[in-house]
Parts: sequence; structure tokens; C-alpha cells
Amino acid sequence: MSTSIAGDADRLAIRARGLTRRFGELVAVDHVDLDVPARRVYGFLGPNGSGKSTTIRMLCGLLTPSDGQIEVLGLQIPAQADALRPHIGYMTQRFSLFEDLTVRENLEFLAAIQGVPKSRTKRRIDELVDQYHFADRQKQLAGTLSGGQKQRLALAGAVIHEPELLFLDEPTSAVDPESRRDFWEKLFELADLGTTLLVSTHLMDEAERCHRLAILDRGRLVADGTPGELTAALAGRTFLIDTADPRRAQRTLVDVPGVLGVAQVGTSLRVLAGDDKGMIQRMDEALAAAGQHAGVAPAAANLEDVFVAATRGGVTGAGDREREHAA
Amino acid sequence: MSWRRLWAIVLKELRQLRRDRVTLAMIIGIPIIQLVLFGYAINFTLRGLNAGIADQAGTAGSRALVMDMLSSGVIAPVAVANTPAALMEMIRRGQISVGVVIPPDFERRRIDGREVAQILVDGSDTAVQSAAAQLAQTPIDSARPSLRAPLASTPAPAPISVVSFYNPQRLSTVNIVPGLIGVILTMTMVLFTGIAVVRERERGNMELLIATPLTSTELMIGKVLPYIAIGLVQASVILALGIWLFHVPIRGSVLDVYLATCLLILASLALGLLISTRAQSQFQAMQMTFFVFLPSILLSGFMFPFAGMPKFAQWFAEILPLTHFLRLIRGVMLRGASLWELWGEVLALAVFTLVMMTAAILRFRKRLD
Repeated sequence: MSTSIAGDADRLAIRARGLTRRFGELVAVDHVDLDVPARRVYGFLGPNGSGKSTTIRMLCGLLTPSDGQIEVLGLQIPAQADALRPHIGYMTQRFSLFEDLTVRENLEFLAAIQGVPKSRTKRRIDELVDQYHFADRQKQLAGTLSGGQKQRLALAGAVIHEPELLFLDEPTSAVDPESRRDFWEKLFELADLGTTLLVSTHLMDEAERCHRLAILDRGRLVADGTPGELTAALAGRTFLIDTADPRRAQRTLVDVPGVLGVAQVGTSLRVLAGDDKGMIQRMDEALAAAGQHAGVAPAAANLEDVFVAATRGGVTGAGDREREHAA
Repeated sequence: MSWRRLWAIVLKELRQLRRDRVTLAMIIGIPIIQLVLFGYAINFTLRGLNAGIADQAGTAGSRALVMDMLSSGVIAPVAVANTPAALMEMIRRGQISVGVVIPPDFERRRIDGREVAQILVDGSDTAVQSAAAQLAQTPIDSARPSLRAPLASTPAPAPISVVSFYNPQRLSTVNIVPGLIGVILTMTMVLFTGIAVVRERERGNMELLIATPLTSTELMIGKVLPYIAIGLVQASVILALGIWLFHVPIRGSVLDVYLATCLLILASLALGLLISTRAQSQFQAMQMTFFVFLPSILLSGFMFPFAGMPKFAQWFAEILPLTHFLRLIRGVMLRGASLWELWGEVLALAVFTLVMMTAAILRFRKRLD
């Protein structure tokens, strides 16, 4: 998919340098550099509290950065935030439409506020009602919609004025898997139509769908690239261990020099190691010394490994961090 | 400023209000319940009333009588006039609330045992009436025992008559009802707007709104407009009930009553908006409302006579919109004054509104920090 729009790859929708935001002593976002290409779905992956929402709020001019420069669609933020607003859509983490207005009333309100021309308002709302499957729910109060329906309505509201750039802050956190799939299809449709999307998530499978992504951890940008690039960088560092007693094997393996993380997946173990040579042999020996029978085999890296590698960096041994995975 | 966006906000507020049955019930319920409660329950003594003196006799005896009245501390002289008519005019303008008239034939009347003086009272304030009754008890010549001897043979006179203008039967409801319009509007208007903005912040709607081209002015004015209509409905309910249940008169023009009401509504709404830019939760907005509401009830002259308060409390009360509204509405409804004659109060309310509204718009940042 990324090759079809390669011609646009040079155009940046967002460019941020040294973006920093402090809340008193806490540094929520710490010198983040971002380059978000136009017409792509760009993912922000990170656990709760990693600074995703704060970064998004700074990029759309809702929060003033403590430090750093931002350029969004060629405008300096926050100085030119007012000029930017008509060109962006923002879907907040919490459902932020009016629960005591109906589906149609919400859309009518947003159309007026966003300056959709009066002559086009009715047609545009009909179009959205149709596209987002609200035909039989136009008169239903938004507060009585299900989680997935609310998200769909929020997205419809965010794109009512056909913005060039759409910010989505954990849009699917309260949605079942089926609705999530539909939702992501809508996002790709929008990208195909030329919208740039910036989506934050803490779900690995969602991150994998993005054209490009940035991984945030405790306010720092720890990795960025396409999902393919990010996983390819870990080639030869991930292993699958088949053992009869995964819990014991896990305790043995975390102490092996070079091991960054061990996670149990079903009855097997997934190991992420540092860039050392001879890891398989080292793990085999450690398991044998502990009297355990296990088969160690190389495995393909996934985004979860990327995330663990990026956030644990050079730290050897996983025992010092309680948080196993972001998901 | 875009009229379309402004209207979108107004329409949204009206639609939300239509679905909020509890609030709708309160809009009508609060005035009815409070009017009945206050109207039947409250009755109100005081010192330092502004008084005008018309001593047409100018004799030693009449001056002694005036001095006796003044020494009671109930009245403080602020004006001197030649005729009772001039005093009446001053009362109407709200300049004085008590007039003391001593007729030219004071000495003659005293000897004849007829009434020697008259006290004119602004009956639109019941507290003033009871004070006047107290003044009427002033013994004619307690200070001049030498004068008493020649009078000893005459029967004890009913010396001073009290004439109460505007509220001859001394009904406290007559002055409570106009005041109640102010009290109820102050409470509901400040509270409604205070909560209206904070609620959107609590529910997360604000984060969406500030990311749109909507301006602070559009949002603030759009939120205020529907409540002006609600305030006028409330005022009408109180007026109608006041006339029907308590026979409260409207001596001035009805238009002036509504204009005065509009001024108070605007002042209260502007204050409510300012509160809402400050409060972080609906609970805080409510606490701040009561921080304003209690002094409004206690210091504005609704509950306790303004003239009886210490100077600093009077200064503080001058800041409260309700103080100015009470003077306006009592003037218009009970004394038949026109708004033009009470221009000082009108100006005070307008300035208050302007300052609060500007502060609210300036304080409302289209930012989350």
C-alpha cells in the first residue's frame, strides 16, 4: 500500500523538533522529533502515560509546548493554531459529542461550527449517515449508542468538514474487535482519499496496520519507521522456546546475559535478546544447567518485540521492570 | 463572529434544555415555591434612614422636636426642603426614605392638641415604615420640660401622624415580591451559566469545541442568549403570582420592569460565565455561586435594610448586582419611578455586566493549559 503513494512521501504533514511539555516536575513529552508524511496513517504506539495524548494536543494547538518547534500543514503551532483549526479534525479519547443530542443533531451542530457551507450541509450529513451506517438511528440520542457506534459517530463528526489532517486519540480503546476492524477500514478509506491520519494506540495489532509509526515511552520517542523496518531491525534477536515448564524456564532465561525480555505465549516462551552472537547456544546451556529440556528456535520479530527492545534498550535482564508489554 | 456558529450554539443549548426535564421543572418550580414561602413567611427595625426635613414653623419648639427625632438615631438628615411636595418628590427619586414635615402652625396645633407634625414614609420598604411608627412615638417636649407646664391641662395629644406612601397597609409581601424576582434570577441565572460551561468541560465536550474554529465570544454569547429567555419567563411567573396572590402593584411601566429585569439577567449571566471559566467541576461552580448568592440575599437590602448596615458592608453591597436591581425594581414597581430617573442604578448594572463579560471572554482560553 505504501508504494502506491510513494510520490507523496517527501511531503510532510507534521514536522516537530525537540517537542517538550512539562507539567510541574513531570516531563510528559521529552524532546520528541516527528516527521509525519502526508496522506498516510501514522501510528503513535505507547503504553498509557507515555505522552501520546499530550503530544497530539500540542500538535493541534490545544496545549502550549514548554519547548520545541511544531509545523503542521505548513503553519507554525501554537502561534498559527487558529488558522490551522479549519483544516484539522480531532477525535478525542473520550466520547466528546453531546450525549443529549441525537445523531443528526450532533452532525448538524458540527457542520455549522466547522463552517460546512449551508447549501452542502444537508447533502454532507446524508452522505455521512449513509457511510457510517446511521440511516435508522438518526433520531437516536448519542448517549444511548453502543461503544462502537459512538466511535463511528465521533469519526463522522471529525471528518464532516473533510479535513486534510485527522488526529485520533486512542479511537478504539472501548470498542469490540469487529467494530475495530470496520473502524480501521474507514481510516484507510480516508487515507486513500488523501487525508493524513495520526492515530494513537496501545494495541500492537493496530500499530501493525499503520503505514509508519512512532513508539513513545515515558515521554520519549524510542523508535520510528514503517512496521517492516522496525521488525527487520530485530532480525536474529527473537526466539521461540518450546518447553514442558514455561514458568521455570522463564525464571532461568531472564538471568541469561543478553536476554532483554521473556514473555509466555501459550505453552511456549518468546525471548527477545540483545545484538549478541551465539544466543541460542547460551540459552541452551543455561536451560541444560538448570536441568530443563527445551528447544530453542529463531522466530520472526513482531511489533511487541520492537516495543520491548525499544523501551528496554540496553538494559540486560527483564526483572527490573514490572510492565511486561504495552498491550 | 459568525452568526451561523452563534446560532448553532444557541440551538444546541435549547435542544439540550428541552431534554433536561429536571432543569425545566426547576425553572418554573423555583420561583413558585420561593415566592409562596418568602411571601407568607418573611417580615422584617433600623437606624440611619436618609431623611428630609421640612420645618415650615421654624420655631424653637419645632427645632427641638426635630432634634429629638434625630437623637433617636433612626433618621439621619440628608436634605432640607420647604414644602411637603418637595419631600415627596425626593422620596420618589429614592433620595430619602423618610420625610419630616412640621407645618407653619405648629405652635397653634400644639396648644390645640392637634397633630403637630407629619412623617412621610417610603412604604415600598416595610422596614422604613416600622421605623416611622417608632419616630411617631417621639414625645413632643420631653427635652423642654419648661414647655410642659402650660400644656398640663390639655389632654395628651396624638402628636405626630405617619403617612405611608406606596404601601399604605404595610404589607411586606408588596416589597418582597419585586425583591424576589431579583433573588431568584440571581440564583438561577448565575448557577445555570456557571454549570453550563463547566458541564461541557467535565463531559469532555470542551476538548472537541476548542479544536474547532468556534471563537470564545461565540461560545460565551451563544450560551448566554437562551438563558435570557428563561430569566424573563421566571420573572413573568413571579410577577403574575405576585399580582394574583399578594396584589403587588406595578405603578411604573411594565416595560421598565422588564428592562430592569433584563439588566439583572445579563449581569448575573456574565457573572456565571466568569465563574464557569474558573471552576473545574460543577460542584465548584455551585460553591462559587453560593459565595455570591448569600451576600446578595443578606447585603443587597432584600433581607436586611441597606441603611442599617455598617459602611464597609454597604460598599461591598454596591458591587452586587442585586443591590442595584432592588433599588430599580422597587422604584419602578412600587413608587412608579421611571428607569431614567434611576439612571445611576442602570449604569451600575451595565458596567458590571460589561466588566464581567469581558473578563469571562478573556479568561476563556481556547487551550487546555
